Amino acid sequence: MFAAYDIAHLLAGLMLVTGFAMLYQDRISAVLTTFAVQAILLSCAVAWQAVAQNRPHLFITAALALGLKGLVIPYALRRMVLKLGMHREVEQVVGVAKAFILGLCLTALSFMLVLRVTVKADVFTREGLAMALAIILIALLMMITRRNAVTQIVGFMSLENGLILAATGARGMPLVVEVSVAFSVLIALFVFGVFVFRIRERFDSVDIEALDQVRGDQR
Amino acid sequence: MRDTIILLAGQFAQMMLVLLIAPLITGIIRRVKARFMRRKGAPVWQPYVDLSKLLRKESVIAENASWLFRSAPYAVFAFAWVAAALVPSFAAGLMFNWAADVVALVALLGAGRAILALAGMDIGTSFGGIGSSREMMIATLAEPALLLVFLTLALMAGSTRLPEIAGHFISTPPTVRISLALALVAFVIVALAENARIPVDNPATHLELTMVHEAMVLEYSGRHLAMIEFAAQLKIVTYLALIACLFVPWGMAPANAGPFAWFAGLLAWASKLCLGAVLLGAWEVSIAKMRVFRLPDFLGIAFVFAFLAILMAFVTRAVL
Amino acid sequence: MNLSIALVIAIPLVGAAILALVPGYRISAAGNVLAMLATFAAGVSLIFAPKGASDYFILDEVNILFIILNTLVGLTTSVFSASYIGHEIETGKLTPTLVRFYHAMFLGMMGAMNLALTANNIGLLWVGLELATLITVVMVGIYRTPAAIEAAWKYFILGSVGISLAFFGTILIYLAGQAALGEGLPAMTWSKLLESAAQLDPALVNLAFVFLLVGYGTKIGLAPMHAWLPDAHSEGPTPISAVLSGLLLNIALYALLRFKMIAAANPGAINPGPILVVMGLVSLIFAAFMLYMRRDIKRLFAYSSIEHMGLITFAFGMGGPLANFAGLLHMAMHSLTKSAIFFAVGHVAQAKGTQRMEDIRGLSVSHPGLAIGLAAGVIAIAGLPPFGVFMSEFLILTTTFARQPWLAVLVAFGLLVGFGALLWRLQEMIFGEPSEPSHKVEASYAPLLVHLALVLMAGLYLPGPVVTWFTRAAELLK
Repeated sequence: MFAAYDIAHLLAGLMLVTGFAMLYQDRISAVLTTFAVQAILLSCAVAWQAVAQNRPHLFITAALALGLKGLVIPYALRRMVLKLGMHREVEQVVGVAKAFILGLCLTALSFMLVLRVTVKADVFTREGLAMALAIILIALLMMITRRNAVTQIVGFMSLENGLILAATGARGMPLVVEVSVAFSVLIALFVFGVFVFRIRERFDSVDIEALDQVRGDQR
Repeated sequence: MRDTIILLAGQFAQMMLVLLIAPLITGIIRRVKARFMRRKGAPVWQPYVDLSKLLRKESVIAENASWLFRSAPYAVFAFAWVAAALVPSFAAGLMFNWAADVVALVALLGAGRAILALAGMDIGTSFGGIGSSREMMIATLAEPALLLVFLTLALMAGSTRLPEIAGHFISTPPTVRISLALALVAFVIVALAENARIPVDNPATHLELTMVHEAMVLEYSGRHLAMIEFAAQLKIVTYLALIACLFVPWGMAPANAGPFAWFAGLLAWASKLCLGAVLLGAWEVSIAKMRVFRLPDFLGIAFVFAFLAILMAFVTRAVL
Repeated sequence: MNLSIALVIAIPLVGAAILALVPGYRISAAGNVLAMLATFAAGVSLIFAPKGASDYFILDEVNILFIILNTLVGLTTSVFSASYIGHEIETGKLTPTLVRFYHAMFLGMMGAMNLALTANNIGLLWVGLELATLITVVMVGIYRTPAAIEAAWKYFILGSVGISLAFFGTILIYLAGQAALGEGLPAMTWSKLLESAAQLDPALVNLAFVFLLVGYGTKIGLAPMHAWLPDAHSEGPTPISAVLSGLLLNIALYALLRFKMIAAANPGAINPGPILVVMGLVSLIFAAFMLYMRRDIKRLFAYSSIEHMGLITFAFGMGGPLANFAGLLHMAMHSLTKSAIFFAVGHVAQAKGTQRMEDIRGLSVSHPGLAIGLAAGVIAIAGLPPFGVFMSEFLILTTTFARQPWLAVLVAFGLLVGFGALLWRLQEMIFGEPSEPSHKVEASYAPLLVHLALVLMAGLYLPGPVVTWFTRAAELLK
């Protein structure tokens, strides 16, 4: 029991650390590599849950995480990044230091929130959920602080890693495998979108006023 | 009564031991670096020779130096010695173990650093000033991380006193704890910064643009310089001993084990320290020094890791 | 799972698969209409199907109402698409292959929406909504202009983040259910969760509801999570704007309502009503003011959709049989009216070759038919009698006034602000010297007429059985 917890905790914790590492990286290729590491860690974590909870079909999710997100997508994105010549530094809206401090605050917030709320749940669930929420919030932070289509995809995929971690941590949750497949389709579409439309930079921000001006919809 | 005497003797032995071993550790590091660079290198006892040479030499003092400049080396040495002597080495439960508190340790190290920085500015040369300001910048970033690392361990062990923390980790079955791993990484980064090692600072250069620690002590010579160098060597021993005590405490003689168990502990401790010195030497030759402006990012990593470590330790504590 | 449910989901999905393979865009357009007609028939037949809940699917008055509305608007939009998209091929904005693709996607989206609406499993609900979102993303970007891709990308990112947060909320609800109902399927079955809502851990339910509110609220277009909505509406093909406003927003709201019911049935959890009231009110007033700054005709009506979704959310937040009744009615009226407006706007934009309102002048002279259609739609959505929107807004205001007079004042204020903006823009476009260029448009007025006739009828007289049905649905929503 304790050993089982320790391994789950280790893998989830390393995933969180890679989340922070992604905030730190300032080159797209480094971000992609870090993401691949996180996906492989996720795959290990899910496989461990499959063993610990005795739910063999979770291995499908683990395999998907490893194959698609750990290997294929990072490789494909890296090739495209090189082809489009955007492997240089990524413009960041806020600096690394601020992003780190925000990230730490978000991590603390999610731990406090989840641990307080899930008092009755079992060990795996509480631990997994706390880590997962932190990973999700860090990924959101990354999506906000980067102004580049590829890093945003990576941020979204990282967010999704957190979700899969949470879903597999919730003991006996049905449809997890199906949802992970659905997510994979979604991500494949994301990557496809970048490939087809060659979206280089993401258009500044989600601030609609800025976009209104592009559209001739300004005051 | 007899026990008290033994414990006092043990404590005294430890105080002398750190003094004895400190130049040797520095010698090993230099030797290892030299061998990795395909140089023959000076023998490992060279630092002893250097120290005695410096002690015999005349100390040249600038005209406008105040009493602070003259007394600082002794104060720095004293703080370093006390800090090094407090960290449990071969045995727990020695005479002054009650004082080996992590917060006190941080305060001792910080005090030495502050005095040195003041002395660096005392003469009024630009080198001293720039060295002090950089040293303080590094300190403001490294010290919070150091405290967080200590608090993480204290949270896990339930005590802020070093012997009890070590005892806790010896007595519990070894497990994979990510908090410990993160704390170790953070601690190593802090240790590199505090001891002015590569990639934060290069102890072997006097290049104007990059030096930090060396710039601060540039005006010192003779016995003053000997004191400061000795203090720096003691500081390395302190940090290596801290790693040995907190992260790999196995082999340390438990409290009330008696003098005979001490010898086994001593052997284990000395080998841990030597291994640490070899690793540090290998690390220093394998990477390059960082630009000063990258340092906040590098030390920021230590802070983030230490913070994550304490948060995760908190999760583990709350969940289990 | 009974046959009608199977048909409602399967007809569009199978139709989508077939259309994807059939060459020729004319055949696909016809096939789309046919498949939607069959789906609509299946949807109507749900009225006579036995109500009940299985592990995966559920049928009650509420979702039957949603499904009928969904399939009806889907049917008329497919008719509209047939003529509208044909024109896009003539002007060279789309290739025949893309049009074929468009029709297949349209059916796929309808199937996904119906899946979300019939789902009793909260995971399935999520999957259906995500699938529908994804398909609309592709359709928003179908013109492949930089602006369209940008809008699609933004919609994609914001929609995905929203839907991911909703999934986290779903996991939390499952955890709450797991403690009360045991591991596995029952803890994800909505009807069982509702039955044992009182035993769920209130703290978990609270946290889950926050995530679901932000997640599904993004898809509803509630301020401040609405940033994707105007872009997606203005850059996609007009039929998709109609479907987005008329249907997809409703379905996200439907999902949120299902969870609101669980939270409301738990005595320890925070009352979700006031939260919805505040968010609805903020969206309403914010969007009403934003209407004045718009220059693009489709963005104007996109903001109007935010305004009305805010009003509907507000009504459901007030709760109680009467407010829920008004909310449901307003939702139906808004869907019909707004899609009718987009039908008219689509033709107007084609006739004038622009979406900029400055360049659209004097429609009553150049295109009288379109002008009347647009005017009728805008007058309806602005809330003037004798249209149904007036009825539902009136109901919302009176029931609010009886309970919270101050809130009613705020709602009335927001509605009046929006009213002014809409009528101001309308008279500019309708009257005056006709602007150039001006093309002839062979508009299909049938969908527009059907919608406006229904809205008018609802405003003049609601048949007894319809009232009974809405009342029962409102009571179910509590």
